[in-house]
Amino acid sequence: MAEITLKEIRHSYQSNATAPGDFVIRGVDITWREGGAYALLGPSGCGKTTLLNIISGLLRPTEGAVLFNGIDVTAQDPVTRDIAQIFQFPVIYDTMSVYGNLAFPLVNRGVAREEVDRRVKEVAGMLDLSEMLDQRAVGLTADNKQKISLGRGLVRSDVNVIMFDEPLTVIDPHLKWKLRSELKRLHQRVGFTMIYVTHDQTEALTFADEVVVMHDGDVVQVGTPKDLFDRPEHTFVGHFIGSPGMNLMPCQIVDGKPVVGRSVIPVNRSFADHEKCSGLVLGIRPECIQLDPEGFQVSITRIDDVGHYCIVRAEFEDQALQIFVKEGERIPSENLRIRFDRSSIQIYKDGWIVDGGTPR
Amino acid sequence: MSLELRDVSRSVDSSVYIHPTSVTLTPGGFNILLGPTLAGKTSLMRLMAGLDKPTTGQIFFAGEDVTGMPVQKRKVAMVYQQFVNYPAMTVFQNIASPLRLNGESTAAVRKRVDQIAELLKLGPLLDRLPSELSGGQQQRTALARALAKNASLVLLDEPLANLDYKLREELREELPRLFENSGATVVYATTEPGEALLLSGNTAALNEGRITQFGPTHTVFRNPNDLLTAVIFSDPPLNLANARKEGSTFQLGFASWPVGHYSDLPDGDYQVGFRPHHLQLQSNNESELQISGGVLITEISGSESFVHLGLGEYRWVAQVHGVYQWDPGQKVDMFLSSANLLVFDSSGSRIRMAYG
Repeated sequence: MAEITLKEIRHSYQSNATAPGDFVIRGVDITWREGGAYALLGPSGCGKTTLLNIISGLLRPTEGAVLFNGIDVTAQDPVTRDIAQIFQFPVIYDTMSVYGNLAFPLVNRGVAREEVDRRVKEVAGMLDLSEMLDQRAVGLTADNKQKISLGRGLVRSDVNVIMFDEPLTVIDPHLKWKLRSELKRLHQRVGFTMIYVTHDQTEALTFADEVVVMHDGDVVQVGTPKDLFDRPEHTFVGHFIGSPGMNLMPCQIVDGKPVVGRSVIPVNRSFADHEKCSGLVLGIRPECIQLDPEGFQVSITRIDDVGHYCIVRAEFEDQALQIFVKEGERIPSENLRIRFDRSSIQIYKDGWIVDGGTPR
Repeated sequence: MSLELRDVSRSVDSSVYIHPTSVTLTPGGFNILLGPTLAGKTSLMRLMAGLDKPTTGQIFFAGEDVTGMPVQKRKVAMVYQQFVNYPAMTVFQNIASPLRLNGESTAAVRKRVDQIAELLKLGPLLDRLPSELSGGQQQRTALARALAKNASLVLLDEPLANLDYKLREELREELPRLFENSGATVVYATTEPGEALLLSGNTAALNEGRITQFGPTHTVFRNPNDLLTAVIFSDPPLNLANARKEGSTFQLGFASWPVGHYSDLPDGDYQVGFRPHHLQLQSNNESELQISGGVLITEISGSESFVHLGLGEYRWVAQVHGVYQWDPGQKVDMFLSSANLLVFDSSGSRIRMAYG
């Protein structure tokens, strides 16, 4: 296993790129600790697959370096980098048995038969595949096939990193739950460095200890799932994480407090440094708004009942506002009043978070 | 105009794709087919469209028997998981194609395309080719064409499955409103319970070629008639255990629960289940059922934690508010209100008890 460093990586698919717009990766500088579980999260076209290909060696970056345990591997081809990769569609040999599939990477490298047998059985045990070792892979369910792809990465003791590229996309919701939690348990047991690439926030947040959020070729935030939820550093992260994401409303600062329309919003810190600034936005998560008969009045547009809570879609000061109300809590049909949790309010200037100070 | 399936079945050679099914789907609100891969969603849609002929039974549309009538003669529009557009045509031409087939005037076509493009936020992209569009834009184009067709039956087969999470969220909100005033009967297939809840309307839960329950989406969700429906309509998966009723308790092996409202139930073997968000960390006066289990793994989704618990041979999930970092192996106590308990007999039928 390896610590992976991406040093000032920039990449363009054009040969003579100069303008920032020519680059699909615009400067990525991160270090992934040995044995960590990481996710690379972003929408289609954000550059996450390009970055994955740079790590695996399928692509050589226009600028910057890739380091495994401090050693520059930028010029090395994918084979010598010793990486295991699991794709969206399970890549397995249908005609081989499950055993044959798991043994393949080792047999291919000339590992002794006893050692192959020991490793295959160990990995099959971890993945709950022991009972099926003699079965042909062709008839297996999608989640078992995906486990075999994963098992082929795990059997090798010399793998530097296991990379997952949208591995659960073709898996049904119920199996997804199972496979996702098994993957996480497995990581805690074997301690391999794992990088999980996805557009699905739930998969990224539930898998990773640390998530890298990408947008338009830039890393906009690196943080724990809790960081990304509680304190998105950019409005994009606020919007992208959460379903629905953070409510974002243009605001001004008056006497240190944010003002949306004509409503002064109580906060637990002062934003006096940003008075008279333009481009300010107030962010508040739907989870952090409570019903309060003494609070601000909003008008309900629609209510979506999604089971464990309702999403109240409302208007506040001519802005769309989404509010979560827990199952069982009564929602008044008219004169709905709400309050924003003071400490959960964030203020953004030109997209980026600004710090508040001690209230005066 | 409603669509009625009367004892419709479909078999190919000796395999049964759809068991005899009777259901009536109506306009106004989506008709959702919910079930895992291979439950029969696509098979059922192909029968509805007239792409496949039923082995037995009849299909009526607006009261007319359309069994065996080929798809070309019906006013049906279909959108698939894969983005299907005419690759050599611009977005404008793609949307206009069904209108041109109807022989509408150039001015009328222009007007209608502009209208639909506006609705689907394709206005600035009308001159592009499908290959120059993102996945979301390609699927919007396919949806726009379905809308332009002004079909009386619209079949949407997992149309958002290949799109990014956020795009899915956005389109999911827009879709019911797009077809709201079209008067069409809209059928929507999905594997995701959460999607069914957001789209609302009516839901048919499907399992291995059978509709297990059909009705208003939230009724089917909160009040399933049987175990299969409850399982199909749960995400995270339903927590489930075998329970033996002995006098005033349910014996679960790892717990013993008071039977509460189920006291009239004869002693014997049952299955009990409930949804993961009903398992709580704090007890209150309603949560009379308690369990104690070992943590297998905790997943954090930002504002919530999914705690996977091992209870004897069972594995349950608790969906709790807040962030909890428990180590595997740690013991935790959780609570449940008996009002949220679903009880099934050995055949999987739901047992309902009157609240006293």
